[in-house]
Amino acid sequence: MAVLVFADASEGKFKKTAFEVVSYGKKVAEQLGDALVVLTINAANPSELYTYGAEKVVSVSNDKLATFNGKAYSAVIQQVAASENATVVVLDSSINGLYIAPMVAVALEAGYASNAVALPSSTSPFTVQRKAFSSKGFNNTVIATENKVIGVSKNSYGVHEAVVSGTTVSFDAVLSEAHFGVSSVTVSKASGEISIADADIVVSAGRGLKGPENWGMIEELATVLGAATACSKPVSDLGWRPHNEHVGQTGKPVASNLYIAIGISGAIQHLAGINASKVKVVINTDPEAPFFKAADYGVVGDAFEVVPALIEKLKAFKQA
Amino acid sequence: MKILVCISHVPDTTSKINFTENDTKFDTNGVQFVINPYDEFSLTRAMWFKEKQGATVTVVNVGNATTEPTLRKALAIGADNAIRVNTEATDGLSVAKQLAAVVKDGDYDLVLAGRESIDYNGGMVPGMLAALVDYHFVNGCIGMDVDGTAVSLTREIDGGSETLATSLPLVVAGQKGIVAEKDLRIPNMRGIMMARKKPLSVVEPVEVVAATSTSSFDKPAAKGAVKLVSPDNLDELISLLHNEAKVI
Repeated sequence: MAVLVFADASEGKFKKTAFEVVSYGKKVAEQLGDALVVLTINAANPSELYTYGAEKVVSVSNDKLATFNGKAYSAVIQQVAASENATVVVLDSSINGLYIAPMVAVALEAGYASNAVALPSSTSPFTVQRKAFSSKGFNNTVIATENKVIGVSKNSYGVHEAVVSGTTVSFDAVLSEAHFGVSSVTVSKASGEISIADADIVVSAGRGLKGPENWGMIEELATVLGAATACSKPVSDLGWRPHNEHVGQTGKPVASNLYIAIGISGAIQHLAGINASKVKVVINTDPEAPFFKAADYGVVGDAFEVVPALIEKLKAFKQA
Repeated sequence: MKILVCISHVPDTTSKINFTENDTKFDTNGVQFVINPYDEFSLTRAMWFKEKQGATVTVVNVGNATTEPTLRKALAIGADNAIRVNTEATDGLSVAKQLAAVVKDGDYDLVLAGRESIDYNGGMVPGMLAALVDYHFVNGCIGMDVDGTAVSLTREIDGGSETLATSLPLVVAGQKGIVAEKDLRIPNMRGIMMARKKPLSVVEPVEVVAATSTSSFDKPAAKGAVKLVSPDNLDELISLLHNEAKVI
């Protein structure tokens, strides 16, 4: 039996989450005494996965899968799971991972634990801790079925190197028209920017910034830190920033290593979306702002003074 | 067009999250329940189809009688009728199987749901339902138009968006963008009065075996107090982030 990890490659390249799910799957395979098999679709360098313990990589190359397709990707995972005799399938919690995992679960008649934040605490019964209630609680889920699907919450387990000399085998997936009932027409991506989903650091600003013309310093701070920019809901509602920057409940979820909130009071709906970030810093003039209760570090001060000063100090720090 | 909107009955965002019975049950004491916010975006899109293109809108929930006020609220917003599948919602797969039976029975063209519920955040049910009934499926939808049986949709992707083409029958998991937040509707008095007379049918569940169960809940470890740094001493903040938190 085997643990099958799906390591997603976006435009041929692996993201950090791919290495994280391989690291996670490696440990689960050890816990179960099973083999680890890693599946990847149209990856340029499948051998990169050997660094994280992938002894066997199954590589699918298929032009029809050049653009992500939920149903077709699920079918490939199901076919490889069957051919490798896999009973556990591990995926990431990216937008695409969340799209395909439920379909894979149905195809394999598997119980599905999404948003897993830790390795299985027990393999019999098979129990996985998951985040719930917008990170205000955790749910220890027992999967009773023989086949199991686990979605690993981003940045919860981490990337762990475990170099092996692996092998890569190719696999011909059987795909038909029926898998492409939903087809991609256009993909539009902001080029050159770091997406909120990929960023280790997110710099986010709220209504305290007073107007869209003041975002220059937020962007500069993000550039210095190699961070993505984000904003609170009122800011996107007011049209100061695009909707795709809105983080919080109903907006994008954030699970970065560092989240810096500038001029954001910390409404419960905002905190619900960013709770999963590891370290939170708040900069706000109002010491009573609720964000100070949720943050690890805080500066009570005027963003228009603190942020430019912080940029200068960070530049000096980065050069040192 | 026959539309089914799946409605999750969830604690309001501001609810205190506590657990009872040795941390095995969510404590509903004093908790206000609402229509899951993601479902509300999809319900509002269904109302738009009803008003602009002609559609009947049925709302469905899998739950016991305590969820009926949430279904009545959906009727007050404008849905035509409601179905409650009379069983506790347990795991994602069993809820999806209950909904699959409703979808097959009602022969719906379009099933709308939310990307996830704000209680268990599983994000499982719409995709599972689509797979069970073999409908097309689009997740994380931020825009959609229907022309006959042809459907054009936009979904969120990392760092941007993607437009997709498909056809009915279809399951769509929506989020903010499928309608704008300002287009969400607060039921008015007339809607509330009318909702009382609209049909709410209670159907008995099909037999399913749950694939997963919750053995216990945990609360996050208590967070330490915020460390305040003076705005005149930002070097200290940088030092803390570098040496203590190790994030820069």
